[in-house]
Amino acid sequence: MLYFVARRLVSALSVVLVTLIATFALFFVAPTDPAAAICGERNCTMERYNEIKANLHLDRPKVQQFAEYTAGIFVGRTFETSGVKQECTVPCLGFSFKSDRPVTEMLKTRLPVTVSLVAGYAVLVLTIGVFVGSMAAKRRGTLGDRALMSSTLIMSSVPYYIVALMISLYLTILYPILPRGSYTPISENPGKWFAGLITPWLVIGIYNCTQYARYSRGSMVETLSEDYIRTARAKGLSDRSVTYKHALRSGLIPVITIFGLDIAASLSGAIFTERIFDLPGLGNLVLQSLETYDLPVIMGTVLIASVVLVAMNFLVDVMYSLIDPRVRLS
Amino acid sequence: MSTPAPEDRKDTMVGTAAGEPAPDAAAKRGPSIATREKRQGTLNPSGETPYLVVEDLTVKFPTADGVVSAVNGLSYSVPLGRTLAIVGESGSGKSVSSMAVMGLHDRKRTKITGSIRLGGDEIVGLPENELMKVRGDAVAMVFQDPQSSLHPLYTVGNQITEAYRVHHKVSKDVAKKRALEMLDLVGIPNPIRRFKQYPHEFSGGMRQRAMIAMGLVNDPKLVIADEPTTALDVTVQAQILDLLNNLQKEFGSAIVLITHDLGVVAEMADDVLVMYAGRCVEYGTAEDVLARPRMPYTWGLLESIPTVSAANERLQPIKGLPPSLLSLPSGCSFNPRCPYKERVKGERCTTELPELLPVDGAGAHTSRCHLHDKASIYEAEVAPRLG
Amino acid sequence: MSDNVRMVDAVPAAQAGTPLLQVRDLKMHFPIKEAAGLGRTKKVVQAVDGVSFDLSAGASLGLVGESGCGKSTTGRMITRLLTPTAGQILFKGKDIAKLKERELRPFRRQLQIVFQDPYSSLNPRQTVSNIISTPLRVHNLVKKGKELDRVQELLERVGLNPEHHNRYPNEFSGGQRQRIGIARALAVEPEVIIADEPVSALDVSIQAQVMNLLEDLRRDLGIAFVFIAHDLGVVRHFCDEVAVMYLGKIVEQGPRDQIYGAPQHPYTQALLSAAPDLGTIRGVPPKERIRLVGDVPSPIDPPSGCRFRTRCWKAEDICATQEPPLEPKPLSTAGHVAACHFAEPKVDLTAASA
Repeated sequence: MLYFVARRLVSALSVVLVTLIATFALFFVAPTDPAAAICGERNCTMERYNEIKANLHLDRPKVQQFAEYTAGIFVGRTFETSGVKQECTVPCLGFSFKSDRPVTEMLKTRLPVTVSLVAGYAVLVLTIGVFVGSMAAKRRGTLGDRALMSSTLIMSSVPYYIVALMISLYLTILYPILPRGSYTPISENPGKWFAGLITPWLVIGIYNCTQYARYSRGSMVETLSEDYIRTARAKGLSDRSVTYKHALRSGLIPVITIFGLDIAASLSGAIFTERIFDLPGLGNLVLQSLETYDLPVIMGTVLIASVVLVAMNFLVDVMYSLIDPRVRLS
Repeated sequence: MSTPAPEDRKDTMVGTAAGEPAPDAAAKRGPSIATREKRQGTLNPSGETPYLVVEDLTVKFPTADGVVSAVNGLSYSVPLGRTLAIVGESGSGKSVSSMAVMGLHDRKRTKITGSIRLGGDEIVGLPENELMKVRGDAVAMVFQDPQSSLHPLYTVGNQITEAYRVHHKVSKDVAKKRALEMLDLVGIPNPIRRFKQYPHEFSGGMRQRAMIAMGLVNDPKLVIADEPTTALDVTVQAQILDLLNNLQKEFGSAIVLITHDLGVVAEMADDVLVMYAGRCVEYGTAEDVLARPRMPYTWGLLESIPTVSAANERLQPIKGLPPSLLSLPSGCSFNPRCPYKERVKGERCTTELPELLPVDGAGAHTSRCHLHDKASIYEAEVAPRLG
Repeated sequence: MSDNVRMVDAVPAAQAGTPLLQVRDLKMHFPIKEAAGLGRTKKVVQAVDGVSFDLSAGASLGLVGESGCGKSTTGRMITRLLTPTAGQILFKGKDIAKLKERELRPFRRQLQIVFQDPYSSLNPRQTVSNIISTPLRVHNLVKKGKELDRVQELLERVGLNPEHHNRYPNEFSGGQRQRIGIARALAVEPEVIIADEPVSALDVSIQAQVMNLLEDLRRDLGIAFVFIAHDLGVVRHFCDEVAVMYLGKIVEQGPRDQIYGAPQHPYTQALLSAAPDLGTIRGVPPKERIRLVGDVPSPIDPPSGCRFRTRCWKAEDICATQEPPLEPKPLSTAGHVAACHFAEPKVDLTAASA
């Protein structure tokens, strides 16, 4: 078990490191000149341009810049702009070109929004999606099962953003049945937090529940035909214990595998959702900073997204080993 | 079966009659033991009072190509302490019939008629929640492949205690004590350690022992063992067969052993029932059926087996293939493969389904064959080939 | 019918006196990784550990043993579906154990394998005709346009209706599929067929049909067989010579009648004793019962010395320290060898009723 955890940690760290290098490379490959961008177009003198460049350490060798950036994450950095010293505290990800605010601070306010969104998504697909799928598997071949499966097929053939836009338009604006999307930190007011997120959750959750219902149905149909399910029935267990104690535990394994792969996709799904419901999350932030070539912010977001991804995958692995004793050994 | 059904017995369809539990209906439905034993097919070769009585059992289910009659008018009975082996090839209906006894068939699709009585209580037509109380308690099942029949994600101990607690309202500790007792009884060394292990940590033989422990944990009156040793190695098979024999002596339960292996039958069975294409074709004590068989299909089976003790003579396989259950041949189902049908006058074999009749006019050894001189044909032609 | 197709080729090899196939000290070790604390330990599964035997043209050797004894792995190495870790496979004197895929081509034709499961070993999307004619084309064995004739001839040879060449495997029963598998192997006119549990997935009555077919092929076409099976009855019926394997090694080998009539190794004796026998019911006195305790140990860490000692009732200290060589014993007849310090023939294990 210890070995298992240690190995996962090493591979997680290497993923983050690779992302770090890749984003940094992006910084230079990008067809933009940050110093020119900051300097502005009208009253930018060569002098000022060079000064900005020096302040941002853009005149130093690239490897050194990378080392400074990385070191900043762990020990912090100090920048000097026009004689004014700016402390960038640990973990330092630099300053936004546009707003001059520390990237770390910006991410700190944005991250909880996205995490709330994705967490709600995970809860919805793994409960409702799996439950609906299991029910369909148990009643496979019946009218209800077929209706459900064809409706999921229809759902999944409509692009997500159309569903999201329609719901947003019809249910929150034209016929305001659902509250419009907004974000209040959970620490401030849990009720408001919930109310503001319920519509985005429902949209992203229900849309993807149909997918998860399909996966779990497939997996449960297979599990229910296993010999050990017959054994469980032969013991005299009720239909309910057979389905939810014996079949579901095995049936969940492939669903969790898919969930692990799906997390990256759900993060990008969050970009749409945040945009459509106007939530101040990472997705929105990255879109804004892309428009303005705000490279430190882009880098910071990509980095934090990769950390979230790695953490979630680790979580999936732990879930795996909790469900399947055979995984624990290797 | 051509035996007339008693007037007061209704053929019940499982699934549609779910609303009519009526435990006392069983008493009404079944004829008294005295009358029952006089009827052919139900007659128990040992003559003892049977615990399990199956009468005129028919199992049908629809497939894409039509309705399959997997079991057709099957009748047998097993008293406590005796082992009945049901022998047949794949598709003969041997597994399907015992699944019906356990109520493990697909209730929505399968149509069952006839009667299955356990200690006098009718179980055909019982609703699911009544059947659940019987399954695993009075009747237990041991399956073929212990690798796939044990849940891979729960410990062996968990699975055995669960089986006990389904039928006994006891605390986890009591159930655990019982489970440890059972593990010890079936010869699993170090039960306390084994209790906490998962099936993948067990060897094949140990898994089947655990399976048996789980089956016997509620002290069942009837154990249905479906090919219990087919997935095991020869030396382990011998251990498991010995174990089953010893446990039967200790528990005194009735055993229905489903197998295709006549060698296993010889080692285990008191009575033998040979099935072909969904019907019983020969039924009697093991000695009767294996040493004095009276049905060409049984002869064919015996002649097909290469035994360890036989010399290198050419095997005498049964020609052709088993018939499709969707379109059984007219007359005797075995007639297209039977080398002896020319000896029956008037093409009766192809036109008339033979009844299951006593081979010597009376007695418990019955077979389904039109041949008149079965005994002399066997002694003169078949027995010499068997050596 | 093509009963004499193979005769021409098979006979000269037999006359030459050297065995068609010689297997020498064949080993197959599969490395596995296991987690241990923070590190990893590398272990090997000794699936086959030093197997040697000879096979003459037209002969049949049975490899018997329980699961995990290495009999199937041996079969796969001989047909080079697996590359042995060590050892030699001499086919007509040429070592094919380490040959590369291209050099191996001509030998593949001569060494064919028939698998156990007739359901998974035939491609469900190909017609029977396609399945059988592919090897014909690969090895350039028939002229263009003559393939169908040859396919039909082969189908007839294995007892199938030649008109059914255009059907798919799922239209056939298990026994018929096994016949298709045999026809595929026969197509390239092999000299050796490795039959890996060819009948154990089949029903008794069908099993006998396939057994008889294999025997006809052996008799008519002079094909040599390595017959791998766990069923002692089937092996006795088919093979002239029998090798009993246990945990990757041959523990006893000899002519059929010796192995079944006077086995010397305790494991062989236990196997024979454990095989359920019909004889008891027919009034033949019950044979002596030997019941082994426990299961076969793991091939990852096989017991030291004699591998069978952990389950053997004869085991003494020497068995743990000294591995018994496979050698003729004082009471052996010609060609009968056993690997046991305390080998001793037992004659009453199979009911000798015939």
